[in-house]
Amino acid sequence: MAATIAEKIFSMKCGRPVRAGDVVMAPVDAAMIHDITGPLAVRVFREMGGERVFDPERIIMLFDHQVPADSIPAAENHVFMRRFAEEQGIHNYDLLEGVCHQVVMEKGRAAPGEIIVGTDSHTCTYGAAGAFATGIGSTDMGFVLKFGALYFRVPESILIEVEGAFGRRVGAKDLILSLAGDIGADGATYMALEFTGRAIGEMNMAGRMTCANMAIEMGAKAGIVRPDAATWEYVAARREIEPFDLAGDADAAYRERRKYDVTDLSPQVAVPHNVDNVVDVDKVAGTKVDQVFIGSCTNGRYEDLADAAEVLGSADRFAPGVRVIVIPASRTEYLKALRAGLIERFVEAGALVEAPCCGPCMGGAFGLLAPGEVSLSTSNRNFRGRQGSAQASVYLSSPATAAASALYGEITDPREV
Amino acid sequence: MRVWKFGDDVNTDAIIPGRFLTIYDPAELAKHAFEGTRDEFAREAREGDVVLGGTNFGCGSSREHAPLALLGAGVRVVIAKSFARIFYRNAVNTGLLPLVSAEADSIRDGDAVTVNLAGGYIEANGRKLAVEPVPGFLKEIVDAGGLVAYAKNLDEVETCSTT
Repeated sequence: MAATIAEKIFSMKCGRPVRAGDVVMAPVDAAMIHDITGPLAVRVFREMGGERVFDPERIIMLFDHQVPADSIPAAENHVFMRRFAEEQGIHNYDLLEGVCHQVVMEKGRAAPGEIIVGTDSHTCTYGAAGAFATGIGSTDMGFVLKFGALYFRVPESILIEVEGAFGRRVGAKDLILSLAGDIGADGATYMALEFTGRAIGEMNMAGRMTCANMAIEMGAKAGIVRPDAATWEYVAARREIEPFDLAGDADAAYRERRKYDVTDLSPQVAVPHNVDNVVDVDKVAGTKVDQVFIGSCTNGRYEDLADAAEVLGSADRFAPGVRVIVIPASRTEYLKALRAGLIERFVEAGALVEAPCCGPCMGGAFGLLAPGEVSLSTSNRNFRGRQGSAQASVYLSSPATAAASALYGEITDPREV
Repeated sequence: MRVWKFGDDVNTDAIIPGRFLTIYDPAELAKHAFEGTRDEFAREAREGDVVLGGTNFGCGSSREHAPLALLGAGVRVVIAKSFARIFYRNAVNTGLLPLVSAEADSIRDGDAVTVNLAGGYIEANGRKLAVEPVPGFLKEIVDAGGLVAYAKNLDEVETCSTT
């Protein structure tokens, strides 16, 4: 029977065909918890009478939202989680490795066909590895820690076919922002997005992660990139695995099929205060910015930093009066950027380069905005108050647009730099 | 039981901003509910008040602090035209009842509202508005008063691969 990727993954797990709309108690392959939502999950696990977690090797723990600890309560959370990891024999990446979604991917903890849950809404990032990955709350996670399974309603899928080739300094972030604008903040609620087509096939893993990461911004439960040679190469470099075929069938019952062509796509910007409030960059060009943040689980990889550095080119300095905060998404990505000389260029140009963490996107740790200030950010949310004051404004863009804007102190089309 | 009416796309950063996420106690979280976007809520919300949203209520972060902050403020029921997926599930799990009503728009801020679950309706301004029932598999969790109570007495669960 023809099936979508989401249906195929749940069918494989259940050992029988399941269809969109079916409710199943499915075993999970991995569960990710971090410093903000993890402590509550552990408390719930205890309240449920949990003593030993279902399988310590399937639990991924790390700290990224408030690292190094920015307050005594944050430090207490870290201690609480470390003790739980030690007691349960869970490998804890602690605060050493970086932002949760990047770390799960680069450590090979996500693979095609797996079901992965995390207490973070951007867990859908692992769809870039062909996994069915979705964000859950701490109480659901308490249940997962105890039983290793969770109730899922198998979602309907929207097929996103993307053709064409990106123009100069236009890429994955511009595509996913334009999709958010087109589909809307709740246009894919309860559904899975399945990405395919030439532009996706030619996209590197960093770009695919950017796309899968923002599926939740359309309300989607998962965003899955159809696994291909690049997917298998990425995963096989990190763990032993035999490739298998995992593609949605041509005659599968997709809720909707949407076709896009990126050939003439302009750099995109999400304007305050909703992610689906998306315009071509020229509509907001000239908007003064106080802070530019290049980083996050959406756009903090080496490729993103390289895009930003390429736009920076041989310019001496970012614009005076603009705070440029650069945060690599992980220690590994940081080292890549460091060895390639990118970090030196950013620091020379006046950027603050911070250790891997969520940074300003957390809206509580550091890099906060005062009332009336404007930020341009490569992260995934521009909600009112997301990066500090509710009277501040956050715009979202690609790393190339962010770098161009940092050079001029106002939102700038990177193709004109 | 007054209604606190909000618009579409109320996100979890608005319900409880990121800087308060080291707090887990519902009563403490409630002191910061809607801080910066609707400050009077934390001061004036009373036990039994109802939060009313438009479409996509609770979008954004998976933080369970959001339903906990509402519970801490005394809110037991959220009514919306539609909910974001994670918030809906978190609400059910923590014992906050999410009710979907296509006619939510007709209720005004400050209205008195009563909920008749058995009858499947809410009543505001003398009008009865239909609400959609919670889907089957979540109903058991609602009936138990949340997922903790539901799971407490379970030693194991049968997964789809074993049944």
